[in-house]
Parts: sequence; structure tokens; C-alpha cells
Amino acid sequence: MTENSIIQVLFYLTVLLLLVKPLGLYMAWIYEGQPCFVDRVLKPIERTIYRLCFIKPEQEMNWKEYSIAMLVFSLLGTLAVYAIQRFQVFLPLNSEHFAAVPLDLSFNTAVSFITNTNWQAYTGESTLSYFTQMTALTVQNFLSAASGMSVLIALIRGIQRRETTDLGNFWVDTVRGIIYILIPLAIVLALLLVSQGVIQNFKGYQKAKLMQKVEYQEPMTDNTGQAIKDTAGNPITQAKVLTEQVIPMGPVASQVAIKQLGTNGGGFFNANSAHPFENPTPFSNFLEMLAIMLIPAALCYTFGVMVKDKSQGWAIFLAMLLIFLPLMFLTLCAEHRVNPEIIKISDAQILQKNGNMEGKETRFGALNSALWAAATTATANGSVNAMHDSFLPLGGLIPLWFINLGEVIFGGVGSGLYQMLIFIIITVFVSGLMVGRTPEYLGKKIESYEIKMASFAILIMPLVVLLCTAVGLITEVGKSSIANPGAHGLSEVLYAFSSMTNNNGSAFAGINANTLFYNILGGFAILIGRFWIAIPVLAIAGSLVQKKIVPSSAGTLPTNTPLFIGILISIVLIIGALTFFPAFALGPIVEQLMIYGY
Amino acid sequence: MLTRESIKNPFHPIMIGSNLIPSFLKLNPFHQIRNPVMFTVYIGSLMTTGLFIQSVLNHGEARPSFIFAITFWLWFTVLFSNFAEAVAEARGKAQANSLRKARREIQAKKLSSPKKGSKIKLVRSVNLRMGDYVLVEEQDYIPCDGDVVEGIAFVNESAITGESAPVIRESGGDRSAVTGGTRVISDWIIVKITKNPGENFLDHMISLVEGAKRQKTPNEIALNILLATLTIIFLLVCTTLLPYSIYSVGTAHAGSVVTVTVLVALFVCLAPTTIGGLISAIGIAGMDRMIQRNVVALSGRAIEAAGDVNVLLLDKTGTITLGNRQATEFIPVSGIAVETLADAAQLSSLADETAEGRSIVILAKEKYGIRGRNIEELGASFIPFKAQTRMSGVDLKERQIRKGAPDAVENYVRERGGQLPPNVQELIDSISRQGATPLLVAEGSKILGIIHLKDIVKGGIKERFAELRRMGIKTIMITGDNHLTAATIAAEAGVDDFLAQATPEDKLNLIRKLQKEGRLVAMAGDGTNDAPALAQADVAVAMNTGTQIAKEAGNMVDLDSNPTKLIDIVEIGKQLLITRGSVTTFSIANDIAKYFAILPAAFAGTYPALNTLNIMHLATPQSAILSAVIFNAVIIVCLIPLALQGVRYRWVSATQLLRTNIFIYGLGGIIAPFVGIKFIDLLLEGFNLA
Repeated sequence: MTENSIIQVLFYLTVLLLLVKPLGLYMAWIYEGQPCFVDRVLKPIERTIYRLCFIKPEQEMNWKEYSIAMLVFSLLGTLAVYAIQRFQVFLPLNSEHFAAVPLDLSFNTAVSFITNTNWQAYTGESTLSYFTQMTALTVQNFLSAASGMSVLIALIRGIQRRETTDLGNFWVDTVRGIIYILIPLAIVLALLLVSQGVIQNFKGYQKAKLMQKVEYQEPMTDNTGQAIKDTAGNPITQAKVLTEQVIPMGPVASQVAIKQLGTNGGGFFNANSAHPFENPTPFSNFLEMLAIMLIPAALCYTFGVMVKDKSQGWAIFLAMLLIFLPLMFLTLCAEHRVNPEIIKISDAQILQKNGNMEGKETRFGALNSALWAAATTATANGSVNAMHDSFLPLGGLIPLWFINLGEVIFGGVGSGLYQMLIFIIITVFVSGLMVGRTPEYLGKKIESYEIKMASFAILIMPLVVLLCTAVGLITEVGKSSIANPGAHGLSEVLYAFSSMTNNNGSAFAGINANTLFYNILGGFAILIGRFWIAIPVLAIAGSLVQKKIVPSSAGTLPTNTPLFIGILISIVLIIGALTFFPAFALGPIVEQLMIYGY
Repeated sequence: MLTRESIKNPFHPIMIGSNLIPSFLKLNPFHQIRNPVMFTVYIGSLMTTGLFIQSVLNHGEARPSFIFAITFWLWFTVLFSNFAEAVAEARGKAQANSLRKARREIQAKKLSSPKKGSKIKLVRSVNLRMGDYVLVEEQDYIPCDGDVVEGIAFVNESAITGESAPVIRESGGDRSAVTGGTRVISDWIIVKITKNPGENFLDHMISLVEGAKRQKTPNEIALNILLATLTIIFLLVCTTLLPYSIYSVGTAHAGSVVTVTVLVALFVCLAPTTIGGLISAIGIAGMDRMIQRNVVALSGRAIEAAGDVNVLLLDKTGTITLGNRQATEFIPVSGIAVETLADAAQLSSLADETAEGRSIVILAKEKYGIRGRNIEELGASFIPFKAQTRMSGVDLKERQIRKGAPDAVENYVRERGGQLPPNVQELIDSISRQGATPLLVAEGSKILGIIHLKDIVKGGIKERFAELRRMGIKTIMITGDNHLTAATIAAEAGVDDFLAQATPEDKLNLIRKLQKEGRLVAMAGDGTNDAPALAQADVAVAMNTGTQIAKEAGNMVDLDSNPTKLIDIVEIGKQLLITRGSVTTFSIANDIAKYFAILPAAFAGTYPALNTLNIMHLATPQSAILSAVIFNAVIIVCLIPLALQGVRYRWVSATQLLRTNIFIYGLGGIIAPFVGIKFIDLLLEGFNLA
């Protein structure tokens, strides 16, 4: 790595760090309902929404009511997104006359967007109308992010309040999250992106004449779509010449801003943020990368403010950062190396001078692609500006591992922190035993009910990922989507199900995701990955909120010390490593060993 | 026969011998299913047994010798865990046997009414019911638990307490409870039976020490859930490795699919078998450690709560102070020689059998050389202390000496025309302020002076409280004394807080208040008036000398009746949790090394590149897997002594304790198996078994 790279990374982290405190504090004000400087503008809008939706803002909910509200909200969202895709033919703003989205793909896209996953089985520019992009996808980007934050806030209230059942009001938390936090941030970011050249229009797709004709061989197909083969079994091709290119248009900036901020990650175009209209310049790239980490990182500070002990928030932040930094560094190092296989077959060493450039955009380079990959997988964002499939095995292993740590290294907005709190509960329990006391976290006793729920939450992700991957690897429907055979194929299937179950949504590429098998099985993995965790989290909140707060003493295990942070990091890494090490060994690890010799 | 010697050492030949059969008997699936982690190992062993039989009969998935070796060690993993449990139970059983001897069937003298002279009917003790009255005379055994309603007797309670000195049991007051199986050695008592047969204290103790009725404690339940979760995750990790292997073999066109035997071996190594195998032994041993210190915990929950206690309520008398005030100084009023005062004080105390009285005699002798005199030779008559007069004294021929509470003696003097000399009131007040008790001595109408009685704080108790404070445990002293006295003693003993002039309601309210603040409260008590507070406290230790009601209200009984033991109880409670936590950490940390042993062994056939992960350079794939399995089994045996004795507990802050334990069991748990597996592999290679 060069000095230039190190300076860029440090600059990125410094700007992020500077924003954590102000944004975190602002979010705490919003969720605690404190008067704020934006009230004059936003309060009337908030009140109007409550009136229109029959929301009684002062009504408190217990954990069951809160969960039901969240589920109803998500169900309505699913139905809306599904219906809009299926009926987009009859809806406006469909300049390219796209047909109804197929049933399985609509289902997958719908659940993927309401769960903040944004797995892209669809290809935006060739499947979805502007109307669908705006009203279904962009709207859900706001809603799913806000509902994740609401669940987190309910859990924080469970820790902070005592001897009550009230966890707040889901509708109020969600509405406030959207109009006070997400929309203002998205407006600012969208305007900045437009200044860099991200498009925002309703024009039809444009045609441009190519400066240079492109000649290529296209395999011929018969009426049924099967490739025609000659007597030797080779496909017959015909020569084609391209002189024109179709350039898709659309309201891109508004979608990109929120997909980065809300850890959604579902791109307007299939190429996501590698596409020049989504991410045209190094500066837009910097802004989008910053937006990926911004809210998840700041929520740690919000947590500290709300539990009235900021050091607790910083402790969590530090634990996340200390896992993030070395792993990110590994990815950067891996991608700064040259791919020995490419050197072997071509003399295009010049292309490899700046690291592994396969599948990367020249305007970002190896550094900003690898940094993005780390950020987008550590958080549950899932947008990409390079193809992870083309990363070197170690470079690809790290994103895969980030995802399979359970999206707790900053993670999704809200969901990252609430899942990290689950790990904290486990850590507090184990270390509490080691000091001879029934464990406590911030004065709340952690007892068998909390451990039961935390176990549910931790158990489900590896269960779904490992099982679905197994099915994908031994069934024909699963294997037929794999583009690269060998150990890399295992990585591709594993990445796909990891990404969906953990609600990340980034694609490894190299796998044809838009099949009935992946759409349906993946859709269920997405749903389980979101709600099987969110509901136990709310149950824990419901149990904690009823407890007394035990005053702390010298016998209490402090949870803001380097020692505790160290143990938390070890537990997150060890559980993550022990669960996936065998699968990694048969995928990226063996690939790495084979490429670089052993 | 189990001896004390053999019980202490789990690897003593006698201990091994006597626990072999129970270890095998515990292979019963109905027993195994109670421990989910070990049950999965049990199923795994059955599976590999089947695979072994298949490999012998016809073509199996691997060499029969390899499958046999794995199967053999898997069964031993289960047996070692059973052995640990059996050893822990054996300690209890030995104790239970001696207790059972006390629970003999005897003929009880049932009375038709609770009067000495009423009709006696001989019945077998099993036929006695609650509410019956029995007469127990010299050399009789007390048939059932009960309360003395009439009489007073010396009772030998060595059967339960191990203490051979007899204790007094009498009707009324706080020493009325008697326990079935103990023996009256002088006089007689009439006992009202308060327990039906089979529900007696002794029965309860037997079932507790045998571990038959052991219920899982809350933290144990939580830990079991966590362990079950890890087990399920590892089960899935290993199961899905089969399809991953099939895919890998298919795509790499090399090697063969991983065998079920290897997957079972990998699973057993990964599952938290170390803690799973020892968890029940740890629990039983915790209960046992209590019993060894002569504390009977009536529920496992109480032991665990003891570790969580953050406030200790301690009675001043007997716990913090020696229990009796002692004379430290004679202060004469002006015009009286100190010897005169000492002489009068000694005379008035010669027949006074209270501790205070004796200390006055001793002080007079040590300081002023006044020797003891025979009160009868002097022709003196002793006036004992009465609650009404609040004085005691002696009447000689023409002298009347009184000593007692200042206001009582002042009244006595005034009635005889005397009065309080100047400065005396100030002296009295200043002594009170120091937390001591002034006794006024008067002869006839004349005040002679003051005896300074002082509460003596037990040696070493201040240091103990400092330790508790470092652990974050607050001590509160409870006393009936006035505020001044209490404050002085509190400062001297170094307690954090005190409750003066405490009534039973005050105690109860204090506990409620502390609990409302979220604290866990432990207290010791013996009297009936302690019962409400005992019932409210989270950890309530009743003294064995106390009343039946107090014993029922508490959740532990201290057979030695030593309230200071609360501190030991806290320690044992903490030790129990620490042992569980440390072994769990150790168990999980072990997994890292096992991956490096088994994964390359299982998959290098398909991808030779994976041999790089064989960082221990184990000889062959078979020896690598076998070494991991053997290590996994043997570590259970190695940790049995730790499980039985518990992790050593030190009175330091939570952070320090955690640092030490993480270092030993976390870091140690990562490193130990690398060393152990390599060592076993070298052994296997050395014996050509690799």
C-alpha cells in the first residue's frame, strides 16, 4: 500500500469520526422527542401524518404490540412493492414499456426491500419502470431503514427504562426516523451527488452513436432460446456489429442517496455504484462511501446518549472499529497485490500495476474499491462499486466474513447495533459467570429468558446460511447458476445466501441470481434473517424494560473497559469464525492457497 | 468403603472403583437426555458404533481399526462425563449415609395432651403426624422435627452438626427448635411435632446431599440454553460439510467425500463437551462445598443468589462484636478511691454469671489485685438482673450494692435520699458517645462510680469487610443499640452503614428498600422475630440453634450457627458461577485448535493446498482426527478436580478477576489443545498407531 492509499483511508475515517458525535446526538434528540431546531419546519408535517394515519403519538406499546406494528408495517410494504411490480404496465412513468415483473422475482424484490436487504436479483434498467423504482424501491429504502432503527430504539428503551412495559410507539419512532433523520440527510446527499453528475430525470432511454464500432460474435439460438450447436458440439455464432448504444436514464440521485444512507444498497442500475450515472467521480464515491457508514456508526453515540452513559456507546463503537480496521486493511492489501494468474496468461501487466484491477472501475482504483467493499459488507449496505467476484480470494473472503459475522460491525441502520447488543448480552453472560455474578448489562440482569432469546437470534443466521448453501451446492437448480466451477463456485453460492440471510444485499456476481430457486429460497432466507432476529430482540427489550436497575458497584463488571471490549471482539470473531471456518476453508481459503502456492 | 481420604481425591483407586459401575449405569438414555450436549455425543457414539459394525461385516466407509478407535474414544467421552458426575455424587452419598444412620426408626412416647403427667402411648416414629406431642427423656432420640413446648434439656446434635458439645433446648424463646435424629442427654422435654415423617430436616438434608432432588439453578439453565445453541450450530456446521464435500470432490475431481465417522468426530470435538460433561458435577460439587462448611442450602437458587449478593445485613452481636460487652475501666466519682469502686463492683458481680459480670470480676483482679471471694462465706445474697429493675447487685449484712443502667441506679439512690454527684451525668454521656455502655455503681444512697463496658469488635473482621467492599458488597450492621453506640461500633468495625435501635419491622423495611433499589440482600438470623426479614431477604441464613419458624423462613441453615459464615456462603456462590464460566470459556476456546487438526485431515485429499492449515504437523489424517478426539475426552478427566474444588476465588474487583480468568481459561484454552493434540499425536506416532 502506498502513502497515498493510507492518507485516503485516514481521511475517510477521520471525516466519519467527526460526524459520529453530532449526528448521534441529533438522533438521540429525535428519538427522545426533545425539542429541536428543525421542529418549526417538520413538526406540522409530523402532526399531519399522525392525523392522516390515525396514529395516537402518546400511546405507548409493549413489546408484543410493537412487534405486531412492525410486522403489519412490513407486510403492507411487501404487498405494495409486490403489487407495483406486477402492475407496472398499467402504471405511469414506464417509458420503456416494461412488462410485469415475474412472480418469483417480484416476491424476492419485495421482501428484499422491506427487510433493508436490497438483494439485486432484478436488473433495474431493463426490468423496472421509473414509477416502480421511485414508489416501490426508493420509498421502501426509507421505510425499511426507519423500521430497523425503531426496533433498535425500542431495545434501548428496554435498557434505559425501568419497571414498566412501555417501549414507545412504533409508528411515532418510524415516522420521526423518516422525516427528521432520513429525508433531510437524503436531500443533502442527493443534491451533492447531482452536483457531481448523478442524473435525476424522467427522460426516455437515450441512444448514442458509438465512436468506435464494436464487432462481436453472438451465439445463435433457436426459437426456444436454446443455443444451436454444430456437429462437433460447439455453439454456432454469427458476427454482429454495434454502432449504437442505449443509455438508460431516470431519477437516479434520489434513489442513490437513500440507498447509501439507509444501508439499503439496491442500485438504480444493475451495476450499482460502479455505474457512472450512479457514481461518476471520486468525490461522489467518497460521499457515497461516507454515507454507507454514517448512520450505523452514529447510532452507537445515540445509544450512549440514550442510556445516559456515553462511554458505553463509544465502547461499542470502538469494538466495531477494532474489528473493522484490521479486516479492512487485509482486503486493501489483498487487492493491492497482482493476480498471478492474469500475469501468467497475458502480458497486460500494466493493467495490474495498481493492484488487482479486474472488475474494478479505473476512476476508483483498487483502494477505493476495496475500501468500499469492506464498508458495504461490514455494514449491511450491499451497494457495490466493483465486482467482489473478481477480488482475489482473500479480498473476497473478508467481505464474506464481514457479512457472516452477522452484520454487527456497524451493520444495518438499527439492525447492526441491535444485533451487536445481542452479542453483548452473550459476552456479559459469559464474563459475568467468570466473575461470579449473575450478569448485568447497564444495571439490567441478564437471565435465562434473555439468553434464550439471544440464542434464538444468534442461532438462526448460521442455520439458514449453511443449510441454503448446502441445498444450493448439491441440487442441479442450485449448481446451474454457478458461473465459475471449483472452489470459487462454493464461494459464490455461500456469498449469495450469506448476503440475503444477513440482509446485506451485495452480490458476489458470478452467479445467476434471477432463477426461481434463488428468488424463492433466497426470499425466505431474507425474511427469516430479518424477523427471526428482530422479534427476539423486541422480546428481550420487553423483558429488560420490566426489570429494576441494579446499582453498580465494584462487583459489577464494567462494560466500557478495554478488557470488556477485547472480550466482546473475541466472542464476535470466535463465534463467526467457528461457524464458517469449514465453509471458508473449502471456498476462498483454499483458493487463496492454490493461487499463491503453499 | 469410601473414606475421607478417598473422597478427597477423585483418582484414588477406591474412588475409581466405586464409581465405575455408576458411570456405566448412567449410559441409560433417559439419564443422558437430561444433558443435551452429552446426549448428542451419546448419539454420535451410537452412530459410529453402527458404522464400525458395518465396516467389520462388509465394506465400510473407512478402515475398521480407525472407526473403532474413534468409537472407543467417543464412548469414553461420555463415560468420563458420567464418571465426573458419579464422583461428585459420591461425596454427597458418603455424607448421606452417615445422616441416614441418624434417621433410625424409634419408638416415640406420644402424649395425649401436652402435659408431663398425661398418658403415654408408644408409637413408631413414622406414625407421628404434625401437631402430635411427644415426651423425650434422657437418652431418648427425638423422633421428628418439632418445637419444645415444655421443659429444658441438653441435646446432642452431633448427628447433623458434627459438633459433639451438647446444646440447650428449652421452651419459649429462640432455642426451642429440635431436630429429629438428635438425642436428649439430660433432663426431659415435651416436643410438639411440626413436620410429617419424610419431610424432616434430616430427610431434606439427605436428599440434598445425594443430589437426587437437585434442581437446575437459574444461571445453570441459562448456560444450558447457550450450550444447546452452540451444539445445534456445530451440529449444522458438521452436517452441511457433507454436501460441501460432495460438491468439492465433484468439482475438483480429486479425493473422496468426507466420511460420517470424521464428521461425527469433528462435531464431538467442536460441541462444548468439556463444560457439557462437567456442568452437572460442578453444580453438585458446589452444593457439597456448602455442606462441608456445615451450611445446608435448601435450594440451589439460594447458592447462586449468594454469589450475587450486594448487601450483607449483619447482626452486631455475635457477628461483628464478640457478643458480650466487657468491663474495661472503673471510673470513680470524686472523693471515692478507685479501689473502693473496684471492690464494690467485684462484690456485686461475684454471683453474676453474665459475661459482663464475669468481665468485671476479671478486670478487678487484673487491674487492682482484688481476688475472688466466696459469696456464701460472706453471707451475701445476690440480686439478679431483672428487666423491670434493670439492676443487679448484692446484699451483704449492712451493705447494699447495686449496679445497673444509669437512670435505674439514679432512681434507686434518690429513693434512699441520695443524689447524683456533679459531673457524673457528663461522664455517662461521654461514655455513651464512645459507643460503650456505662454501668452506675451505688452503695446505699451513695454513687461510687461508673463501670465502662465496651463492645469488643472481633479480630480480623475489619479486614474482612474491606475485602467485601473491594468486591462491591456493602455491609450493614443491625443492632438494637442506640444511634450513638451503633455509630461508634460501626466506625470501629468498618461497616458501611448501620441500622440502630432496629425492630423487626425496621429490618423488614430496610430489606424491602434495598431490594427496591435493585440490590440483593443476604442476612442471618435465628429468632422468631427475624422470620419476616429472613423470608424477605434473597439469601437468608437461619442459625441451626434458632427457632423452627426462623429455619423455615430462611433458605439456608448454618449448622454451626455462626453468622460470620455469610461471607463464606457468598464466596462459595461466586466460586460456583466462576467455575462454570471458566470451563465454558475454556471449552469454546479449545475449538480453534481442533479445526486446525481436523479440517486439513478431512479435506486435504480433495484440496492438497489445505495441508498448509496443518500447522501442528500432525502425522497422518487418521492420527490428527484421533488425537483431537482423545484430547477432547481426556480433558474432561483432567478438569474433574477443578470441577469438584471450584476455581480459586480471590477477593478482588470484578475487572481484576475477569482479567485473570480470561488469561488462564481463555488464552490457556486456545493454547492448551495445540500442545495437547500435538503431544497425543506424537504418542500415537511413537507407538506406530498413527
